[in-house]
Amino acid sequence: MKMISPDVIGQRKESSEVASKAKMSARSVRVFYSEVEAIKGIDLDIMENEVIAFIGPSGCGKSTFLRTLNRMNDTIEDCRVEGTVTLDGQDIYDPSLDVVMLRAQVGMVFQKPNPFPKSIYDNVAYGPKLHGLARGRGDLDEIVENSLRRAGLWDEVKDRLDKPGTGLSGGQQQRLCIARAIAVSPEVILMDEPCSALDPIATAKIEELIDELSSQYSIAIVTHSMQQAARVSDRTAYFHLGELIEVNNTEKVFTQPDHHLTEAYITGRFG
Amino acid sequence: MNNLTLIAGLLMLMAVAYQIGLMRSRAVARTDSERMHSRPVYYGWLVALWCGVPALFVFGLWSLLEPAVIRSIVIGALPAELADMPAQQVSVLMNRLGHIASGFGVAGEVAPWEAAAAEQLTRLQAISQLAKIALMASLAMAGVLMARRHIRPSLRARNHVEKVIAALLAICAGVAVLTTVGIVFSMFGEAMHFFSFVSPMEFFFGTTWNPRFSTTGAGGQGEFGLLPLLWGTLMVSIIALLVAVPIGLMTAIYMAEYAPSWLRSVAKPVIEVLAGIPTIVYGVFALMVVGPFFASVGDMLGIQIRATSALTAGFVMGVMIIPFVSSLSDDIITQVPQSLRDGSLGLGATRSETIRQVVLPAALPGIVGAFLLAASRAIGETMIVVLAAGNSPVLHANPLEAVSTVTVTIVNQLTGDTDFASPQSLVAFALGLTLFVITLALNVVALYIVRKYREQYD
Ligand SMILES: Nc1ncnc2c1ncn2[C@@H]1O[C@H](COP(=O)(O)OP(=O)(O)OP(=O)(O)O)[C@@H](O)[C@H]1O
Ligand SMILES: [Mg+2]
Repeated sequence: MKMISPDVIGQRKESSEVASKAKMSARSVRVFYSEVEAIKGIDLDIMENEVIAFIGPSGCGKSTFLRTLNRMNDTIEDCRVEGTVTLDGQDIYDPSLDVVMLRAQVGMVFQKPNPFPKSIYDNVAYGPKLHGLARGRGDLDEIVENSLRRAGLWDEVKDRLDKPGTGLSGGQQQRLCIARAIAVSPEVILMDEPCSALDPIATAKIEELIDELSSQYSIAIVTHSMQQAARVSDRTAYFHLGELIEVNNTEKVFTQPDHHLTEAYITGRFG
Repeated sequence: MNNLTLIAGLLMLMAVAYQIGLMRSRAVARTDSERMHSRPVYYGWLVALWCGVPALFVFGLWSLLEPAVIRSIVIGALPAELADMPAQQVSVLMNRLGHIASGFGVAGEVAPWEAAAAEQLTRLQAISQLAKIALMASLAMAGVLMARRHIRPSLRARNHVEKVIAALLAICAGVAVLTTVGIVFSMFGEAMHFFSFVSPMEFFFGTTWNPRFSTTGAGGQGEFGLLPLLWGTLMVSIIALLVAVPIGLMTAIYMAEYAPSWLRSVAKPVIEVLAGIPTIVYGVFALMVVGPFFASVGDMLGIQIRATSALTAGFVMGVMIIPFVSSLSDDIITQVPQSLRDGSLGLGATRSETIRQVVLPAALPGIVGAFLLAASRAIGETMIVVLAAGNSPVLHANPLEAVSTVTVTIVNQLTGDTDFASPQSLVAFALGLTLFVITLALNVVALYIVRKYREQYD
């Protein structure tokens, strides 16, 4: 693979101002599956209103790290997390913290579109109903419409809100899942390879969407596509065998990486 | 030489034939420049099959026809005054002649004509046996010689052998299917016979069950109304499901969603043992422990609860079918993709919210299928109800009273001293057929639902 041309990378910088305040911070985070250490001590900040891309070879721990940020690893038996992760300065692994509230603030979009076997409407209304965000039916309708609009799906589905979400195309399903995530008004959205099951056109739509959403949310996105990382992110973090090798402005990572491992990976000599 | 040694001999001959085929094909391969179509083993098999199959076919046919032929010859040679005996007496006589011929179990004096007939019987059997052996041996030899002569490179031995194997498998499958069809047909025939005594209207819509055993001879036929029995079956099954469905479903949810894997690996087999306990053990347990317990609880509360009642039988049956519900539901719940759970948890749903709102609705069709399978099991269950339901075929709606079910009645009608041609016995076939149709329908619907569900995530 060739180096990404600088004009592609320039795009994001002009369109948004990156605030320098950290939204989430991870400090010496280690994750173990049984006794195997999958994440070996990572320090990383996610800034307010930034898009940060996680790249790295398969199995290096990108998904694992992403999942520590909203405690999705809790659902895996024998998975243990050490170190601290804070959201707005509050330790999210604090036993007194309600994981339900955390996940409402830190939403997640998965690699494979996973709409519930319910209607499109109910898919989006699921979160708001759980958290009691809507006062009455009208309110809920509004939240659903807004979320679908922001996910760029409203025009395609407004006439079939009562049809099953599983009947949509793969790209539409993924945007439905994004709509579902933003319906609970999270502050951070985590995306694990959201486009890996999609064709280039659907991918372009999602990337556009990420760009729009970044004005309101902090977004962390795992991707295997160097171009995608270059197109959508402000900063890029390179993971290697459970360690964070380098995190820098995307432009810098793709033009003059600090570390030779990063360079090897993005020039395609590795992974 | 009896039939067993005959078959053994034939098998031995087949082994030899196999070797002949093998050697012949190798010899041909050496002399012929053309490449053999199949590997030598297939030529061996082909020769062995040609040796065995025709001979076996003759053996089967012979065994089928021999008794009838010999019998007609022996009967034909009997003294003239015995010529027109009724059929039943003929078979009694043939039995007696057989005993005389073998010299075992002869009762009473042997008349001279009987001795003569028995001697003829022995002679005929010996001739028949010799002829059979000769025919089979010559067929086997001819088969080997012919097959051996046909061995040449172009003979597609492998394809022929494969065809025979496929035919063999098809015959085995056919036996199972034919048995089922045969049972259904004979049940159907006998049920029709029953309906020649009692009209279907009376049977299916009658509300009184009082078959009045024919031996008491007290005039009339008795009444054969199915409804009290069907209602009893329904009541017991519903009680069983009321016990098994909630407990089984909760168990399944716990096992699939909450239990740590070590507990699951221990508890699942233990629960499934419940299904392996012989039903008679459950019956005894119901009769001696659960029934009296319910009765004493009733006493305490001041309600009349009979020890043997729909409640007792239903409750114990419910315990028995818990593993059916839990095991099937567990499998179905585990099949719901993890990604759906992750999606829900990722939105901030708790585990129980996820289960109630995402997992169970997704698994619902399959779970309903599991319930129906459990229901069909309950409807067909016999031993527990025989012992613990009280056997009282009266139409009433009180689950605390004794009832009778279709299965119990079948047992009652066929045990004891009964004449198998009377409607009192034949009704068992009509009852059995009804039961069969009901459980079949439930099974078909359940399997359809379960399969439909499986497709959803494949
Ligand atoms: N549930 C699990 N149990 C045990 N080990 C796991 C589990 N999930 C991941 N791992 C291990 O942890 C390491 C990191 O996995 P992770 O899924 O985070 O990689 P990744 O960077 O997301 O890879 P990919 O790009 O292929 O998605 C791998 O070695 C993997 O085998
Ligand atoms: Mg991953």
